[in-house]
Amino acid sequence: MTADPVLIVGGKSDIGLALAHRFAQAGHPVQLAARNAAALAPEKADIEVRHGVPVTVHELDILATGTFVAFLDGLPELPGVAVCVVGLLGEQPASEADLDAAALTMRSNYEGPALLTGLIANRFEARGSGTLAGISSVAGERGRASNYVYGSAKAGYTAFLSGLRNRLARRGVHVVTVIPGFVATRMTEGMDLPKRLTAAPREVAEAVFKGVAGGRDVVYARPVWRLVMAVIRAIPERVFKKLSL
Amino acid sequence: MMISGWGRYPRQDCVVNRPRSEGEVRALLGAGPMIARGNGRGYGDCAQQQANTVEMLRFNRMLSFDPATGQLVAEAGVLLKDVIDTFLPRGWFPSVTPGTKFVTLGGMVAADVHGKNHHRDGSFGAFVDWLDVLGADGEVRRCDAESNAELFGFTIGGMGLTGIILRVAFRLRPVESGWIRQATLPAPDLDTAMRLFEEHESATYSVAWIDCLAGGTSLGRSAIMLGEHAAAWELPDRLRSAPFRTPRRKMVPVPFEAPSGLLNHITVKAFNAAYYHGHARDRGTRLVDWDSYFYPLDALADWNRIYGGRGLLQFQCVLPLAAARAGLGELLRTISASGQGSFLAVLKRLGAAQSGTFSFPMEGYTLALDFPVSPQTLALMERIDRIVLDHGGRFYLAKDSRMSAETLRASDARVPDFIATRRGFGATAFQSSQAERLQL
Repeated sequence: MTADPVLIVGGKSDIGLALAHRFAQAGHPVQLAARNAAALAPEKADIEVRHGVPVTVHELDILATGTFVAFLDGLPELPGVAVCVVGLLGEQPASEADLDAAALTMRSNYEGPALLTGLIANRFEARGSGTLAGISSVAGERGRASNYVYGSAKAGYTAFLSGLRNRLARRGVHVVTVIPGFVATRMTEGMDLPKRLTAAPREVAEAVFKGVAGGRDVVYARPVWRLVMAVIRAIPERVFKKLSL
Repeated sequence: MMISGWGRYPRQDCVVNRPRSEGEVRALLGAGPMIARGNGRGYGDCAQQQANTVEMLRFNRMLSFDPATGQLVAEAGVLLKDVIDTFLPRGWFPSVTPGTKFVTLGGMVAADVHGKNHHRDGSFGAFVDWLDVLGADGEVRRCDAESNAELFGFTIGGMGLTGIILRVAFRLRPVESGWIRQATLPAPDLDTAMRLFEEHESATYSVAWIDCLAGGTSLGRSAIMLGEHAAAWELPDRLRSAPFRTPRRKMVPVPFEAPSGLLNHITVKAFNAAYYHGHARDRGTRLVDWDSYFYPLDALADWNRIYGGRGLLQFQCVLPLAAARAGLGELLRTISASGQGSFLAVLKRLGAAQSGTFSFPMEGYTLALDFPVSPQTLALMERIDRIVLDHGGRFYLAKDSRMSAETLRASDARVPDFIATRRGFGATAFQSSQAERLQL
């Protein structure tokens, strides 16, 4: 029996590649979508050699929303599982001062991912099956001075995924919201992250894989984050606004 | 950051770069001395450079595999463990493996590692078809036995001093199972041990654990372990249906640094005596899974910590066949008399095959020892260096952390040629701390 193909949107990222390997290990053919997809040739070879599954690479710019329909039409087949890993941390001070910088962060983390996820969801709904997983962020659970532009876009994506899940719950399509917490990736390289709260990309991939297989709704890569975020959400705004978290 | 080799001695504060692409490696060229580093399993200072240590672990992709020839092409930072995990279930195993699977392919080439089958099959370099090496000029050269042959010959066993190895094409060997048929033969003294090696030269794998503290008539007391890849038909029924499925070993962490005095004369002597008598009782043939057979220490994560905070000294020499009996006798007498027991001591017959121009192996006997770092053991090693030189032997650079430049030159007539070739390649910027110490 061959497993359903998995589509990884953001296939060049550390989490995206870890996901591709995890699904390939379980026998899923892989569709990797990213900007400058031709540069993914060694990754394609690596996944094929290690796991013996076919890998296709597809050009996709998450900001080019006008290309999304053609992109989906160009896939070898509609995947059984689609994971959207795209994200851009951006720089908060730049996003405060510069509308374009803020817009880029908002579009990369909300507009593009949400529109594409929504489009795939419609095709899954028409088919009557499929699982969507979206990588959102703890930053989306409460706005903080240090990264609220990024956080607000992720909050939007989290709400979008939650609504989509609600809409499709009785249509055979499942939606998983993934909240990774800190992850040691290219995005966070050079940051001083607390070890106990920081997952490796491989851990996130394992959590997503299990979440997809087990039909989970919201997946935290490290369970400790569920507690951390419950505490952070519980702090009254009166107090929270004076904190620097 | 502070880094060291697996022996945790010497430790140095090094600038460590972790490039992700060829372009990022190229950008590191031209800014003074640099050396590539794999997974840090070389024992001494062979893969560190204070100015610029280039860790290659992100070059970890397998690029192609040809089931007709067993040739795997992979980036230099791929771990041997990943090669085994990927290919053993399909019936392939590394043609040569060192005693740990946590090495990178680049490191295996640079040290031209050998294994328990050296007497028959030669070193890792014998199975390398081609290499891609980045030179100081930013050019990537594909080299093999025909084109860029000099670069190929000096890169195998060249300790990373000819350039940065980016890609390796090498051949795996077909196997029918993940099991090794192991026979253990007790040897009550050195003469018996050497006789058994010669008698069993047709065995695929052979190695002896040797008790360095036994003296007198027991000098060189050993347990010789022979091994063959088990064919599928040799497996008992319960294993034959899934011949590559071996028990997954649990990793046992060494959670803290042992007190430096834990490995003292008494504990090591007791361990060695128990080990010998255990094996003497255990003689005969049995099936051992590949992981336990080739990588017994890998199950003990961070086993290097048991040597305490000061670290461990590894020592490995090879003595030419004609002088081996006399030289080994003198080495063992000196070590036994010093009372500085080596916890793990390994004796092995090496074959005549030579892959790299500057590779370590030569036909004869190799002895590997390790000691906790102390003024006494450092002094002992100076004495055993002398014995190796007197018997025409040489030293394994992947293990060395303290030898002098003079000792290296006295042991190896190939040094001037190696240095001249490095100059000719314009590769003198590739310089590890070890290369600086040894004035290579």
